[in-house]
Amino acid sequence: MSQIVSMTINGEERELALEPYRSLLDTLRNEGGLTGTKKGCDVGDCGACTIIMNGKPVNSCLVLAVEAAGAMIETIEGLQLAPDKPHPLQEAFMRYGSAQCGFCTPGIIMMAKALLDENPNPTEDEVRFGIAGNICRCTGYTKIIEAILATAADLQRAKSA
Amino acid sequence: MKRFEYHEPASLEEASRLLAELGATAQVLAGGTDLLVEIREHLRPVTHVVNIKRIPGLRDFACDDAQGLRVGALITAREVETSPQVARLFPNLVSAVGQLGSIQVRNRATVVGNICRASPSADTLPPLIADGARLSVFNGNGERSIALEEFFTGPGRTVLRPGEIVTGISVPPPGAHSGRAYIKHGRRKAMELATVGVAVTLEREAGHCREIRIALGAVAPTPIRAREAEALLRGEAFTPERVAAVAEAAMTESTPISNVRASAEYRREMVGVLTRRAITLAMEAIQ
Repeated sequence: MSQIVSMTINGEERELALEPYRSLLDTLRNEGGLTGTKKGCDVGDCGACTIIMNGKPVNSCLVLAVEAAGAMIETIEGLQLAPDKPHPLQEAFMRYGSAQCGFCTPGIIMMAKALLDENPNPTEDEVRFGIAGNICRCTGYTKIIEAILATAADLQRAKSA
Repeated sequence: MKRFEYHEPASLEEASRLLAELGATAQVLAGGTDLLVEIREHLRPVTHVVNIKRIPGLRDFACDDAQGLRVGALITAREVETSPQVARLFPNLVSAVGQLGSIQVRNRATVVGNICRASPSADTLPPLIADGARLSVFNGNGERSIALEEFFTGPGRTVLRPGEIVTGISVPPPGAHSGRAYIKHGRRKAMELATVGVAVTLEREAGHCREIRIALGAVAPTPIRAREAEALLRGEAFTPERVAAVAEAAMTESTPISNVRASAEYRREMVGVLTRRAITLAMEAIQ
């Protein structure tokens, strides 16, 4: 039996009719129309479905949509600062060539955002530890880590300027 | 995902009654990081999911020198991992939870859920057993207390009876001159199940070992205490020969299987190596 669940997705209040066995991932992609969040393994191993829920990065495949009632959800679609102004992490990923096939990219950028929100000045080891749950089969991670560290440095500079 | 009925009980009594009435295909949902995978991959027949997150009183989380550690059923692995108090008193547990899945998983997964899943390789179990942890279990009318090391009956199986719910775990405060260590052995640094896990907690007195508990993970159908190994060191001096004999005894006490992650022979060998290493680390950790 479906139930009406309301949650805030990228700042917008949404009411969705959901069966209890639907994952938040499927709900965001189908009912929500937000296909930026990717479905890789669907069992919490790959991190492609990473979103930020109530300020914390989680695998949206491992959350029941009904559990997100009242939650604040952030997805890759809500990250850009304005329609023509990508988030600094998105800029850096383009500048450093951190995306190849691109499938892991939204999940990694959401994880990186959560990481920098919590720790604005991470070491390389902390970045590697932070994105351990995000699998990328193309890049070998080097350019991803460079982009995250460069974003952190840019944001620090901007703050002290 | 396979369909199921969903329940959000508002009290422990209601949850317990539901679980008792609905039987073995009703499962508790806390973090969900194991349960939802098991449902999706058809590893466990589940017709009813009982979400306990709306039940008040399951979020106790305290850690200090006087009372030790108390972790309610809804406290996540990440909350424990990032607690400075737990890091100070139980660095072995922080090491274990920090190696459980990814940050995304740890933001959902609960420590109590990791226990109740009863995986022989679960990272939190060896350090908690070595530190003498006990579980509080609600049984419909009141609570009973179970020593963690007596909780498991096999892979995925525990002494819990229908309708019983683990409400929290408590660990006594660290003893004087005590040190503790947990070593997880795997093939990679992250997103790994333990091939072997060894936890040692010991207390030193006048150069001798006053007390020691060795807990082994992933080398038997349940996590185990290596009691014969412990007995060889209790009351004795920490000589290299004595420690080597303890490691040898721990190998004999383990009964590992061969699977995709390692052979039984390799696991047993590593029990010896890691027990020796964990004793050394625990000694060095004594304040």
